Amino acid sequence: MTKKNIIELEEVVVKFAGDSGDGMQLTGTQFSDNSALFGNDLSTFPDYPSEIRAPQGTVSGVSGFQVHIGNKEIKTPGDLADVLVAMNPAALKTNMKWVKQGATIIIDIDNFDNKSYKKAEFIDDPLSDGTLDGFNIVKAPISSLTRATVNDLALGIDNKTADKTKNQFVMGMLYWLFNRDINIGLDFIKDKFAKKPDLVKANLEVLKAGFNYAETIEAMSTTFMVNPLKNRKGKFRNITGNVATAWGLIAASERSGLPLFLGSYPITPATEILQELSNMKKLGVKTFQAEDEIAGICSAIGASFAGHLAATSTSGPGLALKSEAIGLAVITELPIVIVNVQRSGPATGLPTKPEQGDLLQALYGRNGESPCIVVAATTPAKCYDFAFIAAKLSVEHMTPVILLTDGYIANGSELMPIRPIAEFPEIIPPKVKDNDENYRPYLRDEEKLSRFWAFPGQDGLRHRVGGLEKSNITGEVSHDPYNHEDMVVIREQKVQRVANFIPEQEVLGEESGDLLVVGWGGTYGALSSAVLDLQNEGKSISLAQFSYIKPLPKNTEEVFSKFKRIVVCELNLGQFKSYLQSQYPQFDYLQYNKIQGLPFLISELKEKFNQILEEK
Amino acid sequence: MSDTITYKLSSQDFKVTNPVKWCAGCGGFSVLSAVQNALPEVTEEKNKVVFVSGIGCSSRFPYYINTYGFHSLHGRAMPIASGIKAANPDIQVWLVTGDGDSMAIGGNHFIHLIRRNLDINVLIFNNKIYGLTKGQYSPTTPKGSKTKTSPDGTIENAFNPGELAMGAQGTFFARVVDTDPKMMKEVFIKAAKHKGTSIVEVLENCVIFNNHVHEDITGKDVKNEHQIYLEHGKPMIFGNERDKGLMIVNNRMEVVKIGENGITEKDILVHDAKCSNPNVHFMLARLKRPEYPVAMGVIRSYDCTVYEDMLTDQVEYAKANSKIKNMDDLLNSGSVFEIE
Ligand code: SF4
Repeated sequence: MTKKNIIELEEVVVKFAGDSGDGMQLTGTQFSDNSALFGNDLSTFPDYPSEIRAPQGTVSGVSGFQVHIGNKEIKTPGDLADVLVAMNPAALKTNMKWVKQGATIIIDIDNFDNKSYKKAEFIDDPLSDGTLDGFNIVKAPISSLTRATVNDLALGIDNKTADKTKNQFVMGMLYWLFNRDINIGLDFIKDKFAKKPDLVKANLEVLKAGFNYAETIEAMSTTFMVNPLKNRKGKFRNITGNVATAWGLIAASERSGLPLFLGSYPITPATEILQELSNMKKLGVKTFQAEDEIAGICSAIGASFAGHLAATSTSGPGLALKSEAIGLAVITELPIVIVNVQRSGPATGLPTKPEQGDLLQALYGRNGESPCIVVAATTPAKCYDFAFIAAKLSVEHMTPVILLTDGYIANGSELMPIRPIAEFPEIIPPKVKDNDENYRPYLRDEEKLSRFWAFPGQDGLRHRVGGLEKSNITGEVSHDPYNHEDMVVIREQKVQRVANFIPEQEVLGEESGDLLVVGWGGTYGALSSAVLDLQNEGKSISLAQFSYIKPLPKNTEEVFSKFKRIVVCELNLGQFKSYLQSQYPQFDYLQYNKIQGLPFLISELKEKFNQILEEK
Repeated sequence: MSDTITYKLSSQDFKVTNPVKWCAGCGGFSVLSAVQNALPEVTEEKNKVVFVSGIGCSSRFPYYINTYGFHSLHGRAMPIASGIKAANPDIQVWLVTGDGDSMAIGGNHFIHLIRRNLDINVLIFNNKIYGLTKGQYSPTTPKGSKTKTSPDGTIENAFNPGELAMGAQGTFFARVVDTDPKMMKEVFIKAAKHKGTSIVEVLENCVIFNNHVHEDITGKDVKNEHQIYLEHGKPMIFGNERDKGLMIVNNRMEVVKIGENGITEKDILVHDAKCSNPNVHFMLARLKRPEYPVAMGVIRSYDCTVYEDMLTDQVEYAKANSKIKNMDDLLNSGSVFEIE
């Protein structure tokens, strides 16, 4: 046994990478849960291969899972890994560029042979050609020791099944490396395989074998300790953005008293919202898997007409297909939440990769003057709050709301504090009482300009809605030119007046200074981390991360006016920047953009901000 | 506007005071009044009836009937109606569409509505032409027809709505003509009473762009010879003298004459609209002039589970069998980390 040497760290990034069949997603989840139980803050991001069943051992078949843990607030899954687990050469090859210099790299040495190098398209042996110089390489015979451990149990488990427990060997090694209580890992396995006692036994033994193995080898004599986060109390759960979005809609359903109806069509990376809600019939949720994107939103519009809290979920190409129907919801003034989990475009683009390229589509991508409320969620856990807010605004203002998230926060996860539903504001649908003599379909609330909501089945409120322009108040079809202009203006003002019902824009840091970083939506983690780092270095820099896009918060102009410079950072060519320019042309906007299907790295942001701060 | 129901509704209850703006002589008028006549037989509450439509001449229908209404987008009435019905199965949903709205731009939605079998009554006004855009060929326009966009004759095969409906596993298909109010009322009532998606093809005349398109079927002097009105359980007999009938010979439909070649009424095929196997219904829906009379009435009416009932059942079952009753339960279920 080697002597244990413990290094305390504030934060660590671990990346698990292997073949699709190696169970890296499961291992990553297990490690995150364990870290959460230990008291760390965390953020995760899965990295799925774009092919469903790519050939084993090839680069296109590599599946990854990144976990960032810390004893401080963790806002992103991390730029570069401190520890990489590479189950085969292909996993090593794809992830080498995302590893810190000097990182610990654990490889399954059993899979590093000439045959595997060929599959991974390595020309030379990466173990001897200098590729790995400067790293702490742990060459662990994971496959063979796993099989040996399972065979020793003599439970009659075949090799194929035995191989599936390899990830527990890795887990055991990591428990050693991070000084974790192995018994917590044991519970996870007992729960996971509750119905198969033999597998519980095998997995447990393999986990212990991994732990014991790590204990004995020199390369792992230096271990890490990431202490629990101080000053954080309460109950939390680890949640992905998509699940949080789905749950936020359910919360809104409960607070509004309206049953939830989701009409959707599967599309990456939004599908989990449909899947999650399909599993929520227990809370009265109805889902309708439509024949296409158009039918998805149209079924939801039908449900909205019938008095449900209606939503549809999609990604960029689907939003394009839904645009005519969004216009229908605008003109019929029916509430509906359209969740758009953005991905790289145009067309199919990079379907599994994040981008913020749909902002202008959300704002303007429809025929005619067709205003929608547009909001954007900032982090995986905040998707819960913003789905709730989107539903509240939609129902109370009787107009469609587009909620923008992206593939990065949708698939990524973080800890969400559990708050009782009663702490959320009530949602009050503008319903009409049966037989209300004064009801007219387009009579309006004076403050909000929203119309009132009467459903089929209610006595004495029969009316018609439709895509043809209607006369204000009476709702009769009208071709009157002045009425049309009035209605166009009313629909726009109705959305603008939402500004009276949303919070003011917050600024992270000083309210005035040299540089204001402006971002929106899912880039919050990287932008805030970079800005906070520079603030700690004494730089005059602040962040305004926008979630309310249309309308913008009322104090936006005031916020901007207090900084010498403004840089708008986004994962597109500058869509928010051009929108801001159209709203507040008096300011000069610098821009920083990235369109690689990748999130911002904190390091590149800091470099850019420093550069701007230095140019005087 | 208060109208709690204390009396049986009449067709008058479904009329509107606003003018109906179809062209004078349009087939739509007679369909509208047949629907208004049928409704009192199938509902006791006009507040629980919704008419949904797409875009086209026929799709103005919701403005002309005194119920809730949704005049939607071109081709999209089917999913909108599906959303209404799935959300609230208590609502009686009618859907009015045309041959372009349902078979061209809405073709995809049409087959999926039928496949799901939601209890929605669909009236397809089939005038075999685009009326609202003034005279282009539609998916049901017979091949070779000259229209504004086919000056040399269409080179496309036409859809037969019945075949499409049955190909999509339709549980109800009927055909009527706009010139026969009694037939329309009778069939609309049956369509409404059928639990499942009811497709009714209305052969409708467009006086402006396709006048007399159905004349060979609906003409007063030919209708008895050129139509066969089908009724469940009755032999398939037609003709001015009611002396002709249908038989299946060598797997083919054949028109036979009663009294000739030893054929008696007993040999004539008896209509079984309720049979689950649609093979004969297919044959009937395909019958074409001049070889055959065109089949009218309820061709298929097969009882099967409907989407919204199964959805409701699943929701009720899940509610009853889950420990998670509200959002707080959900938030506190599964892996929760308590940090003290
Ligand atoms: S154009 Fe034809 S279908 Fe349309 S209203 Fe006139 S007659 Fe009727």
